[in-house]
Amino acid sequence: MNDAIRNLGQRKISRRAALAGLGAGASFLAMPWVARAADDTIRIGFPTPLTGPYAAEAKDQVKSAELAIKLVNDKGGIGGRKVELLVRDGKLNGGEAATRTLELIEKDKVHAVVGALSSAVQLAVNEVTRARGVIYISISQSDTINEKKDSSKYTFHEAMNPHMTTAAVARHAFKKGNKVAHLVADYAYGHEMLRGFKRAQAAIGAETVGELLHPIGAPDYSTLMPRLRAMKPDILCISNFGRDQANSIKQAVDFGMKQQMKIVVPVLLHNQRLAVGPEVFEGVVGGANYYWELESKLPSAKTFNDAFRAANGGAIPTDYGAYGFTGVSSLLLAMQAAGGTDTEKVVAALEGLKYDVAKGAQHYRKCDHQSVQSVLVLESKKKADMKGANDFFNIVENEAPSEDVLRSCKELGFPA
Amino acid sequence: MDAELILIQLFSGVALGAILVITALGLSIIFGMLGVVNFAHGALFMIGAYAGLWVASLTGSFWWGLLVAPIMIGVFGMAIEWLLVRPLYGRSVDDPLLLTFGLSYVLVEAVRIVFGNDGIPFPTPSQLTGVANLGVGYFPIYRLFVIVVVAVVLLLLWLALEKTKFGLIVRAGSRDPTIMRVLGVNISKVWLLVFGVGVGLAALGGVLAGPMRTVNPEMGSLVLIEAFVVTVIGGLGSLLGSVVAGLLVGVAISMTALFAPEMGTIVMFALMALVLLVRPRGLFGKAA
Repeated sequence: MNDAIRNLGQRKISRRAALAGLGAGASFLAMPWVARAADDTIRIGFPTPLTGPYAAEAKDQVKSAELAIKLVNDKGGIGGRKVELLVRDGKLNGGEAATRTLELIEKDKVHAVVGALSSAVQLAVNEVTRARGVIYISISQSDTINEKKDSSKYTFHEAMNPHMTTAAVARHAFKKGNKVAHLVADYAYGHEMLRGFKRAQAAIGAETVGELLHPIGAPDYSTLMPRLRAMKPDILCISNFGRDQANSIKQAVDFGMKQQMKIVVPVLLHNQRLAVGPEVFEGVVGGANYYWELESKLPSAKTFNDAFRAANGGAIPTDYGAYGFTGVSSLLLAMQAAGGTDTEKVVAALEGLKYDVAKGAQHYRKCDHQSVQSVLVLESKKKADMKGANDFFNIVENEAPSEDVLRSCKELGFPA
Repeated sequence: MDAELILIQLFSGVALGAILVITALGLSIIFGMLGVVNFAHGALFMIGAYAGLWVASLTGSFWWGLLVAPIMIGVFGMAIEWLLVRPLYGRSVDDPLLLTFGLSYVLVEAVRIVFGNDGIPFPTPSQLTGVANLGVGYFPIYRLFVIVVVAVVLLLLWLALEKTKFGLIVRAGSRDPTIMRVLGVNISKVWLLVFGVGVGLAALGGVLAGPMRTVNPEMGSLVLIEAFVVTVIGGLGSLLGSVVAGLLVGVAISMTALFAPEMGTIVMFALMALVLLVRPRGLFGKAA
């Protein structure tokens, strides 16, 4: 209780939070055991960019993460303790997200952190969590976080990484002799995707005819189109994220690029296909960690979708949204196995965990804590072929989970 | 690098400049005539896009959206002037700035609550889809249409300000409102209308941008910054300045794209810094 009062003083509190706090205070006076139970709550910090060009994906991650927590709480929590998700807006800014994470750890005393939707921001969050020995499960793509210098005992990477994603997409979409032009968001994610694609191209024998960088969050791509066209590629490979994906594909199509080349992206985003419509995305190929249609084959996907539908008025979970669910679920399963929140025990449990909560079998590789998982390759459907409002994509490939698609532990700098 | 590419790049720059001009114009008019820095400009641009989409889906025609939404939002802008901005005239210039800044947050959050965070598709009108061959390269027909609309709007504005009695009153009022009052002109009504026109132009920019970008609650945030940069380069309050600066920024961005496209956002700030060093009041700014 003293802790709670001190926290109230330190935090900026909204009126609602203040009322809730007053309510909690009153119930404490009346029933001391309620407050003690509240103190037992397992708190999971969730920094995510609720505002900015990745807001749609971030919001879906929150929904799915909340679902994972609700399902556990409905069954009585973990060892009788309730679980709570503390969502904070990192504004797609490394400094902002790191500050929010620090507050979550120091003031809110979270037991673990999940989240951060940007390859660059997750590294900033990881700096904070690993320095304080707090478990962090990243749910956004990054290759760097797998490498020895950024790794830590406490760092886990639930999202796919650019290396495995681009390799799967390239294997399906590129042929020997193809000419590939790259349009790339100028930050860690774009650079890592580009590196992954080029490595895959070298193996396949597809040539790079040019690469253009664009600033993150750019609304207009018209000035880049003449140069991309002049490169005369067979494939236009667009490695950016969130609204940048919608705007760049839309404008490439407006400029008539699709008549001359195929558009390929590292991850085909449900939210962005929703934002620009079927005509624009038709034929675009890209990777994905999850697509709701998996439910026709996978029981775990069906269970996840049904629970999500029930909690969200019939809506289906999206690709990046699913990371919120699989990431938080893996943490909760490990906490259950560890019998609580003791960091060392939970880390050991995560390392030994085999889980299938939405997309088939998954486990964290021992050396870099990368989640080994299936990789989907999707193609956006024609409007005429859509069988329902959410029937966006064809699953053209579902690569089974394998450590072979990851860079070796040795290459990442870990002792063999 | 061949001449053809440089030519099409130059054209892309002018086309992008036209879009920048239409987004900056409303901001420039309101500041020039009323001295109010409208920080809600980007949010009103966004509301305009949503309104355009709403009218277009209601009537089944993009053209109604293009026509009706700016008027709707213009009237909404007049309500803002009348209810919120007017009580602040005569006080520090910071007051309306803070007010509109807060208002922009309210508008963005309101749209988030009503329409959600997801982007909404705004299809290009069927008559304007496709690309045109310009000889030096291909260009979307819709973007050519936007250039035409911007030219027409500029012509109408110029005629209204330079050739009508109302325009005379507006211009005089922006120089010395006190004398205008002494002469028996109801300057409040003029300001109300000017604010409405400025906001209507922001909304028109939003409707025009809809088919090029997705419609989402945050589509106005960068627009506000771009509009500010353009008006500052052009000289605060100068309409001609806004037009010249808009085209200049567009061309600067497209020329940068030839060798360092990742600098596309920074280049407009660099240009602004450069212009302010040489001409602290902007290209067409008048000395106080």
